[in-house]
Amino acid sequence: MEAEIREFRDHISRYPPFDGLSDDLLDEVAGAVEIAYFKAGTTIAERDGSVEALSYIRSGAVEVYRHNGQLYNRLGEGDIFGQLDLLRNRPARFPVQAIEDTLIYLIPKPVFDRLCAEDDDFADFVELSGSRLKSTVEQSLRNNDMIATPVRRLISRLPVMIEESASVQEAASLMTENDVSSVLLLKPGDGEDSDHVFADTEGRQWLLTGMITDKDLRQRIVAEGASPQTPLSSISHGWIITIQSNESVNEAMLTMLRNNIQRLPILHRRRPVGVVYLSDIVRYETNNSVYLVNNIFSRTSVKALARLTPEVRASFVRLVDEGATSRMIGGAMSSVGRSLIRRLVELAEADLGPPPVPYCFMVHGSLARNDQSITTDQDNAMVLHDSFDPKRHDDYFRELARQVSDGLNACGYPYCKGGVMATNDQWRQPLARWKQYFSDWIAKPDPQRLLHSSIFFDLDAVHGEARFAEELQDLIAIRAKASPRFLAALARNALGRTPPLGFFRTFVLEQDGRHNNSINLKRRGIAPLNDVIRVHALGVGSRAQNGFERLDEISSAGALPAGQTDKLSYALEFLSLVRMRHQAQEIKDDHEPHNAIQPERISDTERHNLKEAFQILSNAQSFLRFRYPSPSR
Amino acid sequence: MTLGTHQRQASPSWADYFTGQAQVCRTLALKAFYAAGVPAEERPIGKVPLVALDFETTGLNPREHAIVSIGLVPFDLRVIRPAAGRYWVVKPPRTLTEESIAFHRITHSEVEQAPPIAAILDELLAELAGRLVVVHYRNIERPFLEAAILANRGERCLFPVIDTMALEARWERQGLLQRLKRLLGIQAASIRLADSRSRYGLPHYSSHHAKVDAIATAELFQAQMARHFTPDTPVSDLWA
Repeated sequence: MEAEIREFRDHISRYPPFDGLSDDLLDEVAGAVEIAYFKAGTTIAERDGSVEALSYIRSGAVEVYRHNGQLYNRLGEGDIFGQLDLLRNRPARFPVQAIEDTLIYLIPKPVFDRLCAEDDDFADFVELSGSRLKSTVEQSLRNNDMIATPVRRLISRLPVMIEESASVQEAASLMTENDVSSVLLLKPGDGEDSDHVFADTEGRQWLLTGMITDKDLRQRIVAEGASPQTPLSSISHGWIITIQSNESVNEAMLTMLRNNIQRLPILHRRRPVGVVYLSDIVRYETNNSVYLVNNIFSRTSVKALARLTPEVRASFVRLVDEGATSRMIGGAMSSVGRSLIRRLVELAEADLGPPPVPYCFMVHGSLARNDQSITTDQDNAMVLHDSFDPKRHDDYFRELARQVSDGLNACGYPYCKGGVMATNDQWRQPLARWKQYFSDWIAKPDPQRLLHSSIFFDLDAVHGEARFAEELQDLIAIRAKASPRFLAALARNALGRTPPLGFFRTFVLEQDGRHNNSINLKRRGIAPLNDVIRVHALGVGSRAQNGFERLDEISSAGALPAGQTDKLSYALEFLSLVRMRHQAQEIKDDHEPHNAIQPERISDTERHNLKEAFQILSNAQSFLRFRYPSPSR
Repeated sequence: MTLGTHQRQASPSWADYFTGQAQVCRTLALKAFYAAGVPAEERPIGKVPLVALDFETTGLNPREHAIVSIGLVPFDLRVIRPAAGRYWVVKPPRTLTEESIAFHRITHSEVEQAPPIAAILDELLAELAGRLVVVHYRNIERPFLEAAILANRGERCLFPVIDTMALEARWERQGLLQRLKRLLGIQAASIRLADSRSRYGLPHYSSHHAKVDAIATAELFQAQMARHFTPDTPVSDLWA
């Protein structure tokens, strides 16, 4: 190889998208390079000038501007420009200026075309905005078995079933015969109106009523000294949680975690086709967040729970390392967080006695959205039954809230700086009062007040009367979409935190061209993105809390232009995942994980994708302003 | 043929000299080289086709030393085209000294298998024809090429060159400020190729290789033009 080709090639091959090219294609690029020099301050590309080559910055730096003169991007060594114009066969869309003395390697269009044709990754990289992020996110989804694999793959045998009118002895011998530790209970399903009615091969209708396990036989029959002739129906729990066969292994795992169960019947439509065991999933993908949740429920003191903190972190790191998606990690960490709260509430109730009136322990923020990461405040509240009498009952609930909140703090979930905690009298109120709060926020949307209350609009029950939280969700879903002023105020608040433009060398590049040394990915990316998604979700009357689920509903409601919800979903996945990866790295380096990231710790590919995610967020914010304008009075 | 040289000194014009040589030269390649002409003195540099040329030699004296390799790359003020450039290793008439081999990183076997310069002279002249030659340090390429052509073709070959080192000396070595600095004992800036390049933000190229150096020279010339001149500068302000 000629020396100058080696010289060009050595440089080009260090930077994406060239770093993934085959040797042959790299040689072809290096062999075709042409060179041009531009003094600082000179124009490299005029708007509407013809574009015949891809520009690669060998040294120096350039700025790309929008039509309106606004800074679009700042690029340095190893960056490329002109790819979009080449792909579209159009004149230069954005003018480019050298801001330092700059040497450009020009890669002629025919070579560029060949690279696009022969290397899919290269083509994805230079393709229009969105698809690069898309391909990265999709790749990580493909690489992740747990989310791609349907749970039916784990089925190894047909479910063992028995009529619930049979005796426990019959059930026990059937289980022994089949060497299983659980059996599904059925009763004739004629005339039953239930999701759990199915027809067997002979066309008979059956109703799936429950499941009996070894443990039930031990606890409810043997330990109680009950007769082996006891009918199964009398020891049945009377309810059953199931999963559809085409749901993912991950979803099955989360369902078991959420409900603290070890076995999950799998249905094909309504027909039971198998039972998946927690151990099956553990065997499938070693993942100790399952053990962790079991562990949480077996701890009998706050101190013992607090000692699990390193395990929580280790489980987080393992999930990140195994290439789990942000949605899976967020789901698993939220399960851990919820289990911890549940256990703390159980311990407090054991200490204080049963609650004087029914109540719901409710969470907000990331736990409500099921997207919890590792560094997170506690955001919680209590909804009390309307028969609540402060004089008689509040001592109990105040103390319960204190114990849970202190416990969470001890377990690595620090107190909420904004005071969104059930310990705060304001956020420990009867259902009617909560309804009044939300009605007021929606009816009289003062942006300043909303700024502090928007956190409450992500809410979910963790313990107690889930229906209280559901009633609030319903109220929000119905009222919010009918109140353009509320949506406009919420939209305005969602524009408060803007993303940066991208990165330049070791700096975060702000929209106005300023530099910063680090970026808080949560504050500048994930949180504002969640704000945008929340406005659209409330706008379509969605009851979903999770960002991805909200996007699905926004998409089905057709509230955003085609493709937009996909882009938002890729951006959310990517931003969340980068934050989690960096937090996992901090933990591995024995540092306290946080949300601030130094640009020098961001890989080249991450930079490109982050920039794109920021762009998607920025566009989504602009669209929000247009979609939910402040109504003129 | 000494006449030609005298004519050049007497005549104000390279163009006249080229026209004359095209008539009198017997060697076809030289005839064609001169017939392709040379830009008029007032021609703006931005409109002139250029070729950066670099030789690696066994020493500095064209009468004692020989050319080992030749690199060239066509360019203009807009773009440099390495793919259209050429590179030859040639076999010097005398054996290479160990030092110069080590310096150039050209191996004995490469040189042994290479053609003698006589075999590639015509091709080289064809590449230079119609283009203004740009070199870094004019006391190598022009005298070595002239000596090679005289030895192999028996005719003189002279042409104007732009010397990026001499251009660099204009603002780094000459002028009142530079003289003052020298009086005060301040070391003058280096005008070697790599050092000159770094003043323009040009990257470091690792190879010592005639074609890479030709490309490096072309880049330096583009940078000098961008910083100190305009594309309208007449060639006579630049060449020697």
